[in-house]
Amino acid sequence: MLDTVLQQLLIGLTNGMVFALVALGYTMVYGILEFINFAHGDVFMLSAFVSLTLVGALGLNDQSSAGALAGGLVLCIVASSVFGGLLNLTIDRVVYKPLRKAPKLAPLVSAIGVSFILQNVGLFWGGMSMQIFGGGGQAAAPKAFPNLLPATNLLGASSHVTLQPKDVLVIGASLVVMSALYGIVQFTKLGKAMRATAQDPSAARLMGIDVDQVVSATFLIGGALGGFASVIYSLYINTVHYQMGYQNGLYAFTAAVVGGIGNIPGAVLGGLLLGLVRAFSDQFIGAQWQPAVLFGILIVILVFRPAGLLGSTAREKV
Amino acid sequence: MAALLKKFGGLPVLALVVLAIYPFAPVVDWALEAATGQALHIDRQLVNIFIFSILALALNLQVGQAGLLQLGIAAFFAVGAFTTGVLTVEKYPFQIGFWGAILISPLAGAIGGFLLGAPTLRLRGDYLAIVTLGFGEVMRIVLLNLENITDGPRGLNPVPAPWLPTLVRDAMSPAGDASIGTLRAMYFLALIVLAATVVCLKLLERSRIGRAFVALREDELAASCMGIEPARIKLAAFTGGAALAALAGCFYATNLTTTAEPNTYDFNYSIMVLCCLIIGGLGSIRGALLGAALLLGFDNVISPLLTRLLQTALGGESTHVMASFSNWRWIVFGTALVVMMRLRPEGLWPSSPQAEELHESAGEA
Repeated sequence: MLDTVLQQLLIGLTNGMVFALVALGYTMVYGILEFINFAHGDVFMLSAFVSLTLVGALGLNDQSSAGALAGGLVLCIVASSVFGGLLNLTIDRVVYKPLRKAPKLAPLVSAIGVSFILQNVGLFWGGMSMQIFGGGGQAAAPKAFPNLLPATNLLGASSHVTLQPKDVLVIGASLVVMSALYGIVQFTKLGKAMRATAQDPSAARLMGIDVDQVVSATFLIGGALGGFASVIYSLYINTVHYQMGYQNGLYAFTAAVVGGIGNIPGAVLGGLLLGLVRAFSDQFIGAQWQPAVLFGILIVILVFRPAGLLGSTAREKV
Repeated sequence: MAALLKKFGGLPVLALVVLAIYPFAPVVDWALEAATGQALHIDRQLVNIFIFSILALALNLQVGQAGLLQLGIAAFFAVGAFTTGVLTVEKYPFQIGFWGAILISPLAGAIGGFLLGAPTLRLRGDYLAIVTLGFGEVMRIVLLNLENITDGPRGLNPVPAPWLPTLVRDAMSPAGDASIGTLRAMYFLALIVLAATVVCLKLLERSRIGRAFVALREDELAASCMGIEPARIKLAAFTGGAALAALAGCFYATNLTTTAEPNTYDFNYSIMVLCCLIIGGLGSIRGALLGAALLLGFDNVISPLLTRLLQTALGGESTHVMASFSNWRWIVFGTALVVMMRLRPEGLWPSSPQAEELHESAGEA
C-alpha cells in the first residue's frame, strides 16, 4: 500500500511538473491581458511534433550512443522551445494584437479558431511520410515517441517503487526552468515590467513601460515554456498525438485556475496539485473517470473560490 | 397569414413554403445529380439542418441574447438525446415513444441547465466559459462510463420512429415505402418545431424579458438599477436554452435512431455550434439559421463535392490525409472564426439594423 502511494506520488509529481510548465503559459498571458489563450495547448502539441520530427531526422532511438542521445535531446529542447516561443509570438502579433480593444469575446473566439487551425496542422503533420510517423498512412493515429532514456530503476531492480532516469530528468529540468523563470520575473528589468503591467497596464504605460513589448515577451516566454514542456512530456509519456494539446491544455488551464489565474507561483502549485490528484484518481477511482474528476474539481473551485488558492480576490471585477 | 407576413416579413414565410414543398419536388437534388452524378439527398441533409438549427437557436438564446458565454451546449444536447434514448428503447420498461420523449427531454434539459446555472451564472464571462466547458466534458465522461445506463460507447438504440396516424403515414409514404415516410415525417416534424421555435424566440425578443436581455448585455449595473434582476433573467435564459438544446437532442436521437456514442457530444461539437452563431451573427436568429445551414452544408454537401474534385485532380483514389477535404474542416472553420472576428464581428447576417445601431453606440460609449 505504501509502495503504491509512493509510486503515485512520484507519477503525480512528474505529471504535475508538465502541467505546471504549460499552466505558466496560460497564467502569464492571463495575468497581463485577462485573456484565455485557448491555442496555448496546441502550441505545446506542435512543439512536440517538432521534437518528434527531429528525433526521426536524426535517427535517434534507444540503441543510439549516449553522446548522440544527449546531443539530440539538447537539440530537441532548444528547437521545441524556440519553435513554441516564436509560434506563440507570431500568433499574438497576427491574430490577437489587432483585437486588444475589441470586446472580450473577440480574442477568445479567435483563440479557439487558432486552436482549430493548429490542430489541423498537427493532423497533416502526422501524415508526413517519415518513418517515425508510421509512414504517414494514418495521420490521425498517435505517434510513438522513442524511449530515449534507459528504462532502469534507479532504486534497484528489487524495489517496488520505480524511479526511472526520465522521472529525474522531468523533475530536475522543470525545477531548473521554473527557477530561471522566477529569476527573470523577480530580478530583471523585464520581469519588473511584466509584474507592473499585470498589476495595471495603463499605469505601467504611464511609467514609461512599453506594454506591447512586455506582452510580446510574455507570449514568447510562455510559448517557450510550452515547447520545453512538450519535449519533457514526449520523453515521459512516449506518445505524441495531434489532439494532445487540447486535453493537456485544458488540464494545465485548470491547474492555473486552481492556483489562482494570473499568479505565477500559483500555476506551479496548481500544476503539482492537479498532477497528484490525477495520479491518485487514476489509481483509486479509475483512469476512465480522470477528466470528470479533474473538471469536477475545476467547477467546484470556480464556484466556491474563483480566485483560486493563491489568487487575491481584489482583481475580480464585476 | 397576412398577420404573419406583416410581423415577420415575406422572406421567412416564403422560405417556409419552399421548405414545405421541397421533399415532394427536390429540384436541387435533381440538378446536382444531373451535374455531378452523385445523389446528395438534400432533403435528408435538410432534416439535419433543421435539428442543428434548433440547437444553434438554443445556444443563441444563451450566448447571443443573454450574453452568457457557454462552451458546453453539447452536454444539454446529449441530455436530450439520452433522455429520449432511456425513455424509448426496448432495454427499458418506459418505452413511451417519441411523443412522450419530446415532452420530457426538454424538461430534463431544463433541470440540468437550472442545476448548473444557479451556482455558476454569477461568475464573470470567461470563468463561466470554462465552467460550462468543464461541465460538457464531465457529462461526456459520465455518459461514457455509466455503461449500465447508457450502453457506453455503443449508445442506446434503436430509438423508434415517431408514431403517426395511419392516414398521415400513408400520405407521406410514396408507394408504401415506409423508410421515405419516416424521413418525411421527421422532416416535417423538425420543420414545424423549428418554425415554432423561431416564432417563440421572435416574440421573446420583443417581450419584457427580451428587452431585459438587451439591457443586461449593454450595462448590467444600469439594468439592475431599473429593476431588472440579473441573476433571475440570466438563469431563465440559461435554463430555457438548455431545454431547447435537449429538445434538439430528442430529435437528433430519433432521426439517427440511436443516441450515438457519448464522444459525439464533445467540446468540438459545442464549438461547432458556437461557430454557426459567430459566422451567422451572434444574437441574430436568422444568422443562427444561416450559420447552421452553412456549417452542415459544408460538411455534407460542399466537402464531399470538393473531395471528389480533389481526387479527380490528383488522378484516382489518393489515401493521403490532405486529399480528403473533410480533413480540412478545422482549418476552414478556424480561419472563418479568426477572420470573422477581425473583419466582421457582427456576423454575415446580423439581426435588424436597430440592433446594429445599438451595438455601435455601445461601442462608442
